[in-house]
Amino acid sequence: MRIVIAEDSVLLRAGLIKLLETAGFEVPAATGDADGLLAAVEEHRPDAALVDVRMPPAFTDEGVRAALVIRRQWPEVALLLLSQYVEERYAADLLATNTSGVGYLLKDRVADVPTFLDALRRVAAGGTALDPEVVAQLLLRRQSDPLDRLTRREREVLGLMAEGRSNAGIAAALVVSESAVAKHINGIFSKLDLPDAEGDHRRVLAVLRFLGGGDA
Amino acid sequence: MASVSLLRRARGYVPWSAAPWRDTAFAASGVPLQFGAWAVLIAPWAIWEPVRAVPVLIALLAPVLVVAVLAHPLASAHRERCWAMLGLHVPPPEERPGRFRTEGYWRVLAYHLLAGPVLAFGAMAVIVAWAGGAALAGVGAYAWALPPLTAFQVAAFSMGGVALLLAAPWLAMAVRNMDARAVVVLLGPDRARELERRVEDLAEKRAGVVDAADIERRRIERDLHDGAQQRLVALAMNLGLARETLTGVPDDAMRVIVEAHEEAKEALAEMRDLIRGLHPAVLEDRGLDAALSGIAARVPLPVRLRVDVPRRASSTVEAVAYFVVSEALTNVVRHARASKVEIEVTRRGDVLSVSVADDGAGGADPSKGSGLTGLGRRVRSVDGTFRIVSPEGGPTTVTVELPCVL
Repeated sequence: MRIVIAEDSVLLRAGLIKLLETAGFEVPAATGDADGLLAAVEEHRPDAALVDVRMPPAFTDEGVRAALVIRRQWPEVALLLLSQYVEERYAADLLATNTSGVGYLLKDRVADVPTFLDALRRVAAGGTALDPEVVAQLLLRRQSDPLDRLTRREREVLGLMAEGRSNAGIAAALVVSESAVAKHINGIFSKLDLPDAEGDHRRVLAVLRFLGGGDA
Repeated sequence: MASVSLLRRARGYVPWSAAPWRDTAFAASGVPLQFGAWAVLIAPWAIWEPVRAVPVLIALLAPVLVVAVLAHPLASAHRERCWAMLGLHVPPPEERPGRFRTEGYWRVLAYHLLAGPVLAFGAMAVIVAWAGGAALAGVGAYAWALPPLTAFQVAAFSMGGVALLLAAPWLAMAVRNMDARAVVVLLGPDRARELERRVEDLAEKRAGVVDAADIERRRIERDLHDGAQQRLVALAMNLGLARETLTGVPDDAMRVIVEAHEEAKEALAEMRDLIRGLHPAVLEDRGLDAALSGIAARVPLPVRLRVDVPRRASSTVEAVAYFVVSEALTNVVRHARASKVEIEVTRRGDVLSVSVADDGAGGADPSKGSGLTGLGRRVRSVDGTFRIVSPEGGPTTVTVELPCVL
């Protein structure tokens, strides 16, 4: 799998290249700014781009803006954003067009190598990976809508779904059985009024409702 | 006690000590200057008696002009006199353009035309007291030259003279005091205006200091982020990589690697919290709403957050508001035993108000030196108001109002 990296810290960039190559990824390009990133994506058409949000020259949200450009021009390229802090509106910006192949993690998470690689693979495969902190912020915002009807457990499950985890992953995270997870998910579907018509898509719809406030 | 100190002071004012002579010299030195303004005004009439309208007008107006021009030099002569003879430094009122119409100018004229002459008469009274006292006290010495006096009369005059001589120092002191006071009040800077100016000056300086502290906080945040934090992420990542990929490592060595990895991750988390407390980048980039939802999401309680800030406040005020919420939430989590928290941040006009309410046990007391003290101090540094209502048994509400215009 081919992945380009945009990260302005040289040390971290070198570390990420080593990490990815050790894990069997191919890194055709690694740059330190948004322009370099766009050029690299155009040239190499990677499977995924690993993007730092804060990059030169202004060190604000260059990474997010570059990611939105990539989303528009090369929608097949999966995106995993890394940030010093997580802001759910960055996530909302990214998820507004398309929820597949997008991830947004706190930078520290790269230290947890297996989890990080897992998230990267999930994103590259068209899944999502949201940082638990983003999810917590989203929960905070969505408290006054139909999601209020969810129980605490159901909301936890929905949060983990939004992070991009499978039923097995959710079961492991909450230390419950997989069938209990399935039961909670069904509860979520019925409370969010998502009838069983389109199979697995309900999962995405539930997450979208959770992220976007219901109009997805 | 009062009488003793009065006596002591009286002893310091006997005619043969230095102070009365200095006072007398000072009072007397003012006389020519103090009559100056009136002398100019009256002068034309003493040497010339115009009868027709135009010359009368000239005789009236010309001296006024002269006085107007002389007023400031005369005033500085008085200030010099105070400095030279009493060591009393009276700074001139603040110089402003159009100095003839300032309020300070009217005070100068009041000195020259009203206070000055009165003081001059006082000074002459002092001289008369000295001279007359001396003349009367010594009347016995030249009684032969006078019309015949009885012995009783000579004694009475002498006694009166001595009394005058003893009174003269006090009179001199009184005149010196009044003169010095008049110079300070009328020829010095206006106290009220001076204070006003100082308050403005201090407010400006304080705002500068507060801003500087805030800028410093942001600089430290950026340095940590660009330096130490990145290194730590790289370190933790490398340790994580080692942990995942090294095979055939002795168990002990692997345990060390695992421990180092866990510690590096903890250090990262700590550094993130530290940076969050300093001045989070998200506050600068995206404002209070985003920054506050970040900390509110980390509170292990249900939080309701409402931020209604149509216009962003200055970064210093935002930093204080952020600090208030962050500190209040820390307190809630640590001490309040609350089941929920409500945070409200609104801006009405130029006032940013922040309230953090919990339904916990209450009894929070800023005087007990908790984080609340620092919170109050930080709020006051931008002229904000800080209120806490926290009866024993709860609930607790912290309310802060911050002016957005300093």
